[in-house]
Amino acid sequence: MLEVSDLKVSYGAINAVRGVSLRLSEGELVTLLGANGAGKSSTLLAIAGALKSSGTVRLDGTDVSGWSPERIVRQGVAMVPETRDVFPDLTVAENLLLGAYARRRDRDGVAEDRQRMFALFPRLQERQEQAAGTLSGGEQQMLVIARALMSRPRLLLLDEPSLGLAPTVVDQIFAMIAELKRQRLTILLVEQNASKALALADRAYVLRLGKVAAEGRAAEIAAASDLEHLYLGG
Amino acid sequence: MQTLLQFTIDVLSLGGAYALMALGLVIVYGILKLVNFAYGELIMVAGYGLFLMNGSGLPWLVMAAVAVLIAVVTGVLTEYAAFRPVRAKSVTAVLITSFAFSTILQNAALLFISPRPRNVPLPDLFSQTVAFGGILIPARNLITIVASIGLLLLFAFLMKRTVLGIAMRAAATQFRMARMLGVPANLIISTAFAISGFFAGVVSLLWIGRIGSVTPGVGLEPLLVAFIATVIGGMRSLQGAVLGGFLLAFINTALNYLLTQDLLQFRDAFTFTLVILILLWRPEGLIRGPATGQRT
Repeated sequence: MLEVSDLKVSYGAINAVRGVSLRLSEGELVTLLGANGAGKSSTLLAIAGALKSSGTVRLDGTDVSGWSPERIVRQGVAMVPETRDVFPDLTVAENLLLGAYARRRDRDGVAEDRQRMFALFPRLQERQEQAAGTLSGGEQQMLVIARALMSRPRLLLLDEPSLGLAPTVVDQIFAMIAELKRQRLTILLVEQNASKALALADRAYVLRLGKVAAEGRAAEIAAASDLEHLYLGG
Repeated sequence: MQTLLQFTIDVLSLGGAYALMALGLVIVYGILKLVNFAYGELIMVAGYGLFLMNGSGLPWLVMAAVAVLIAVVTGVLTEYAAFRPVRAKSVTAVLITSFAFSTILQNAALLFISPRPRNVPLPDLFSQTVAFGGILIPARNLITIVASIGLLLLFAFLMKRTVLGIAMRAAATQFRMARMLGVPANLIISTAFAISGFFAGVVSLLWIGRIGSVTPGVGLEPLLVAFIATVIGGMRSLQGAVLGGFLLAFINTALNYLLTQDLLQFRDAFTFTLVILILLWRPEGLIRGPATGQRT
């Protein structure tokens, strides 16, 4: 479904991503691991169209390289950035409404999905009229995942969903990702918490200094690599 | 009592006009983080539009609507012609472009029309007075109050209740995230310039309604007022712009009432001293607004 080949991203003189290739099949959960600065977030942002990049990105065979982010969403790709980026002065309900911007004319469908999100995250329902900036970190993370799902994506790009959250909240977030996987949503997950990510993923790619250093079935990667080594580089 | 009523009406009518000026500036600033220095010229083109329609025999309201439309179209065109090509390059480039565009429009008015003030058609109502509570009030002040409060309410409603309005508010804090949800960048930016042009057009009618004529430099004072009002109120929030507009009008009007004749010529010095004091107290403006994200 997603096929990335020879993706390169640079910030001025710094080459953050130096020729990454990866592929995801329908319904697969693939995790992207690596140390800080290995190019994981840049890879995700480039796929979502939010960073200038070279190389090709294909979605179901269509070449979407160089497309604007707004066009890529309409192709069914939703992004949850590491920085979360809730709209702080908008209410929870307004944040969710914008998640469905690309299909805003389907009012019944949007209302239905909103109820579905509230069933999935009851906390969000309690706080729907509250400004998103006043939510806790965990609630904000739930909100951005729910917001991304409001576009009814076929591919979800999740960047560090557990970053900075309390362990119990992390467990909730991972349970939710497992549930999305069970519903056959295709997910590309970037995670610092490698053991949790590998336990859930079908396959994994390990990035080092902007290149794919290893790839394989999640279980193989978990067994073969010394995870600490993987994160501390070397 | 009568002085208080007089004072209140003076503050509200000046403040209403100032608030609209400030909103027109801050709506573009919110999205692009750009102070559009060509904003004053949007006010100018609407004024000259009105001047050129003088003697056309059209009803005044039609002329007024066309004048506002001219400001809207000019606003959107400046974005297409001047800002879009350099938008991705740097903030400085866009800032200089906005200065350049301002100068070009002013010089065009000097060259093709005249450096001298030109009278614009105004309905008789603008020069009439109304007796109310024992005082005489210029009708144009009441028109300004009604028009500005009506527009502020309408604007608040549209920004809260329509998907486009909500998307505009979202884009003002997290522009890239809004795009990743499918909100088109160009639509948001063009809309911001259209709204800015609309406010400039209305301000032009109300402002030129006060002074009666249009000159190439007519937009300078509204631009300055808008800029100061947004700085006091907080550049990051729309409410701040409105609050700043009314506060600045309050300060100016109060000084008009309090200062003696010989001190009145230094009114601006007093005003700016107060502005500096407010900024020393709240450097980010009265309403801070959420932390903003990046521009495009």
